[in-house]
Amino acid sequence: MDSIECLKSKAVWVKKELLKIHKIAPGIRIASSLSCVEILTTLYYGGIINFNSQNIFWEQRDRFIISKAHGSVAFYPILADLGFWGMEQLALVGKPGGILADIPDCSIPGYETVNGSLGHGLGVACGIALALKRKNRKEKVFVLSGDGELFEGSVWEAIMFASHHKLNNLILIIDNNKICMLDYCKNIINFEPVEDKFKVFGWQTTSVDGHNIPDLYHALIHEKGSRIEKPKVIVANTVKGKGVPRLESDSLCHIKSLSIEEIDKLLMEMH
Amino acid sequence: MRDVFIKALYERMLTDDTIFFLSADFGAPALDKLRTKFSDRFVNVGIAEQNLINVATGLALEGFTVYVYAIAPFLSMRAYEQIRNSAILAQIRGININLISVGAGLSYDVTGPTHHCLEDSCIMTVLPNFIVFSPSDPVLSEKFVDYSLKQSGPKYIRMDGKAQPELYTEGHIISFEDGFTELRKGTDACIISTGYMTHQAIKVAEKLSLDNIKAGIIDVYFLKPFNEKLLVRYLKKYKHIITMEEAFLNKGGLDTLIENACFSNRVFVGLTKLGFGDRYVFDVGNRANLYKMNELDIDNMISKIKTDITSRSKS
Repeated sequence: MDSIECLKSKAVWVKKELLKIHKIAPGIRIASSLSCVEILTTLYYGGIINFNSQNIFWEQRDRFIISKAHGSVAFYPILADLGFWGMEQLALVGKPGGILADIPDCSIPGYETVNGSLGHGLGVACGIALALKRKNRKEKVFVLSGDGELFEGSVWEAIMFASHHKLNNLILIIDNNKICMLDYCKNIINFEPVEDKFKVFGWQTTSVDGHNIPDLYHALIHEKGSRIEKPKVIVANTVKGKGVPRLESDSLCHIKSLSIEEIDKLLMEMH
Repeated sequence: MRDVFIKALYERMLTDDTIFFLSADFGAPALDKLRTKFSDRFVNVGIAEQNLINVATGLALEGFTVYVYAIAPFLSMRAYEQIRNSAILAQIRGININLISVGAGLSYDVTGPTHHCLEDSCIMTVLPNFIVFSPSDPVLSEKFVDYSLKQSGPKYIRMDGKAQPELYTEGHIISFEDGFTELRKGTDACIISTGYMTHQAIKVAEKLSLDNIKAGIIDVYFLKPFNEKLLVRYLKKYKHIITMEEAFLNKGGLDTLIENACFSNRVFVGLTKLGFGDRYVFDVGNRANLYKMNELDIDNMISKIKTDITSRSKS
């Protein structure tokens, strides 16, 4: 249980760092980033993903593609903390001399490939998963997508491909925060229940509270170890703008920024 | 052209197990043998060009040399963003990915404007860090196989959809560094062409010679990188230049490359640009019919060239 408490406090730290980034880079999409903090924290501090920050393309690493564009910024504090690059970069997001933009690009150590525009990550992950299978390698391929990203047709091309080729080394995590840019997804094109769609397409599915670290941990460990001959999806039910009441209740939270005063107040309250 | 390419690739796959071949449910007689022999390294992704490029990128990121194979307009335009964001941006990790795009120009003549591809040379050369190869004959096509294996990076191979006769013989120098070959020396005018149009260029040059116009022919097979400096040296000896490409005119294709090269290198010559106007081709007929309907048959092209040469000599 100690380790779970460690993960929880790490998640708080990641949120704080995210808010500090938001302070200097008001253009980042803070709501989209806040919904996936526990997922990323569990993946990287919970021992789910094997990595080597000193040898970023280490052959035995698990591959992780974060495909949800703006939300990918939530990965910045984690990569810095784990030594992929210096912590000083966090103070330079969007600034000359830094390596970090409002959406991360594939030249940043720790990111396998492009992280948006939306709809590319799962297809590229399919290619990686197929390659690892052909090479008889045991590493897994994790993808984090947004639920709004599922509107992209290319995602469904990849979903069909993964199932047909029995890519059981592929684990898709959907940050199911239920909100796109302009509205709730269900008001745009309602694809709930998401799990049913994946089941029909031949995937192993499970759903979990995406802010509950013990549940996330157990789901990820289980799916990583599962030998079922199917690709796996974990629908992580989350809240967009988690932890910020003004964002949580707003269908337009994707495009909302917080004032410096709001951020300072949140930082004071967080523990 | 595509058959010799696939046959040569088949031979390389026998000894190189790092080569993958992906198709978007598109075949060829020569492909049947390959996909049977290498069933573990041939993947038909289905009619899904976007996923074709993304899966290819993933395989390439893991060290495979990947060839993807699809119909030109769909590969180049439906999957354009995947080419840009996945195949090309991922080049930062040094991947080798080769897009075999079959059906350049009006290759698929009677299938109509959705299957024509008059845009690809323009929109592909726009993309940075990309090689755009436009072979005119099977000799070039086959020679590119070894080049593509050795030269890392994303490449676009603009293949004609129909079998074309050989143009290159042992006497010709093929240099992928130069990116073009002077097939015929001239004195009065020079035709610069690429792909299928080089076959038309030969017919045009022969007919011009009957009117005592000695036209040279330069076959450009690398639209990108485009060896402007070297090409300009050849162009300087002519007073009139004719560009011929089965593509839209003035949109960034070969004609634009030549025009820019002349202008920026202060080569002031007469220029006749032969290609397709700013409209889709809804006409029905075979390639020869479509050329005639669009005033690009040999006689029409001769007439335009002679008019331009004559008006320039008067001015």
